Amino acid sequence: MGVEQKTGNLGIVTAKLEQVVNWSRTGSMWPILFGLACCAIEMMGAQAANNDMSRFGMELNRASPRQSDLMFVAGRVSRKMAPVVRRLYDQMPAPKWVIAIGDCASCGGVFNNYAILQGVDEIIPVDIYIAGCPPRPEAIIHGVLTLHDKVRQERLKDWA
Amino acid sequence: MADIREVSVDELRHLVSERALTGETMLLNMGPQHPSTHGVLRLLLELDGEIVVNCIPDIGFLHTGIEKTIESKTYEKSEVLTDRQDYMNPLGNNLVYCLAVEKIAELDVPERAQVLRVILAELTRINSHLLWLGTSGLDLGAMSTFLYAMREREIILDIFELVSGQRMMTTYIRPGGLWRDVPEEFEKAVRDFLAIMPRRIQEYDDLLRFNEIFLDRTQGIGVISAADCLAYGLSGPVIRASGIAHDLRKKQPYSGYEQYDFDVAVQEGGDVYARYRVRLIEMTQSLRIIEQAMNRLPKGPVRSNNRKFVPPPRAEIGVSMEALIHHFKLWTEGFKPPAGHVYVVTESPRGELGCYMESDGSSKPYRVHMVTPSFVNLQALPLMARGLYIADLVAIIGSIDIVLGDADR
Amino acid sequence: MNEYLNQAISAMELRFSTRLEQFRGEFSLIVKPEFILSLLSAVRDEFQFELLMDVTAVDYFPQEKPRFHVVYQLYSMEHNLRLHVRALLDGNAPAIDSVETIYPSANWKEREVYDLFGISFNGHSDLRRIEMPADWVGHPLRKDYPLGYEEVQFTFNFDEIMKNKPQPKD
Repeated sequence: MGVEQKTGNLGIVTAKLEQVVNWSRTGSMWPILFGLACCAIEMMGAQAANNDMSRFGMELNRASPRQSDLMFVAGRVSRKMAPVVRRLYDQMPAPKWVIAIGDCASCGGVFNNYAILQGVDEIIPVDIYIAGCPPRPEAIIHGVLTLHDKVRQERLKDWA
Repeated sequence: MADIREVSVDELRHLVSERALTGETMLLNMGPQHPSTHGVLRLLLELDGEIVVNCIPDIGFLHTGIEKTIESKTYEKSEVLTDRQDYMNPLGNNLVYCLAVEKIAELDVPERAQVLRVILAELTRINSHLLWLGTSGLDLGAMSTFLYAMREREIILDIFELVSGQRMMTTYIRPGGLWRDVPEEFEKAVRDFLAIMPRRIQEYDDLLRFNEIFLDRTQGIGVISAADCLAYGLSGPVIRASGIAHDLRKKQPYSGYEQYDFDVAVQEGGDVYARYRVRLIEMTQSLRIIEQAMNRLPKGPVRSNNRKFVPPPRAEIGVSMEALIHHFKLWTEGFKPPAGHVYVVTESPRGELGCYMESDGSSKPYRVHMVTPSFVNLQALPLMARGLYIADLVAIIGSIDIVLGDADR
Repeated sequence: MNEYLNQAISAMELRFSTRLEQFRGEFSLIVKPEFILSLLSAVRDEFQFELLMDVTAVDYFPQEKPRFHVVYQLYSMEHNLRLHVRALLDGNAPAIDSVETIYPSANWKEREVYDLFGISFNGHSDLRRIEMPADWVGHPLRKDYPLGYEEVQFTFNFDEIMKNKPQPKD
């Protein structure tokens, strides 16, 4: 107790390295610009003025997968698009997370037919699923904050 | 599942010019994931330096098989799928589908439902044009219009949520009328919106209209002549910006549009700037229509009384045997319109949206084909883009206002 | 019926022996597929139906002769009239002339009909698949093509379905 107070007065803070790394990862997670269908409109609404996602660190959408950490799969993934999604996921450097926005990305949604993948988790591992058709911007922000909670529990060796 | 194939120039020999085969021009993929393609559109560009010699669009990345799925569901259930086809105009899709069902089944629609349909369709038009303004402005570098447009969209989405419980995919327009009546707060919400909107549209216009960068990037770019428009069957703001005054709300009015007084927005020039002006004028005219409709809103039922097609209200089921039987048959089998085929068209924010519906007398549609404006308008993209820079191509795609769910269905 | 439309339809009936059908105020001409090119050029040049709004097809599967109806929607901007033309095709190797030379907008629409129904268009400049991936086998909108429905997972069949569902290889 006494030591921490003294170091605090000197401006020194002690913490576990994992906590610091995870905190910084949640602080500025940049999503890849990847809206597919209707859920993309609600994702854009979540980033616009009324519900602002940049207060949670998602200031920019990077166009290139090599510069982003988070992939929002927003919308239905068709069979023609599936190899493209997988290739983009492979091009993202670790650490990377995936949020599946909406029913179509989570489980195929309303469409149960030859042309739509029944859930994007058939091709890429998904961390968070957000339900809704399309989910409200507040629901998307709740999903993002749940991902932040999940990231804070991660160990360093998950991504080492 | 398909894999990514390496395509050699040989397969595309008939589409690209000879200079690509010798390597003088470069083939570049403007892929499905791109910030400016407004969805998953793939363009194969043949470039000479930075000038586009030819541009081959490749669609189908959002193909959802809606038409095949509709064939396996009853009429009421498949209406839910039509919302998600052109996701910027969900009420418009519902409207064209319900007009087709009503035409085949010869269902009457009460007056109050007609007027409310017009109000909601025009609100959806403003909604779609606002998103167009936001995203195509963002492509050209105008970020403030994006934030302002989304702010206004939130007001409209609040009205939709007030009325139906869902912000976007409402499925509020049903065969025979509307799902249920609007609550009392609807009138005040719409009138508040009408009070603030004209000044906001003027604000957006002032932000962009005299901006030199905007004018440089849009005037004279992406010109398409009136003759080409007709040859390619284009419709909507694209054809109105080339000087042809063709608006289906005036020419083949539906749902009571002949009673409203509004102008058709026409501009000469056929370039990106003309399309910008056409859409802004359309937004103002939509506000006019909504105001007239609000003043004219009559009282009465909002759904037809034909119990063979429309379910009875809950209160009636407790007292009437026929109502119970009708409810039972509608919920287990669905209604059965007579056999035949119709083709119904409406004016969506993008152009002429049509529904070709064929029924064979059973409770499931035999064939439903939605004739979508984005599919048609995208065909003319190579024509507009020849000889221009890639940056101009981005402006042109924004000005045609495509929605890939519409194009791919 | 509108007088002008009446003239157009009677002229077509005389020349190409088409059959007329009416339903809910809409008029359709049924024609043999050999005549489709000449019918559409006559309708465009002499009767000013300048816009081809749609080309689509309907599959009447168990019925073999005719199995497909190819449907054309025409619109005349000057006279504000719509006309509907249907060509009847048989089931095995259905082929019809392409109308791309008359109406350039038919390019993509015929590609879509080829992709989803398997009807080939003679004389089309670029007949490839447009909606489905280029190496897809089969024509989805035919009635004998399955929907590709995945069974709904409840608790009692959860494990069976999870075994057959593809999982990502990380």
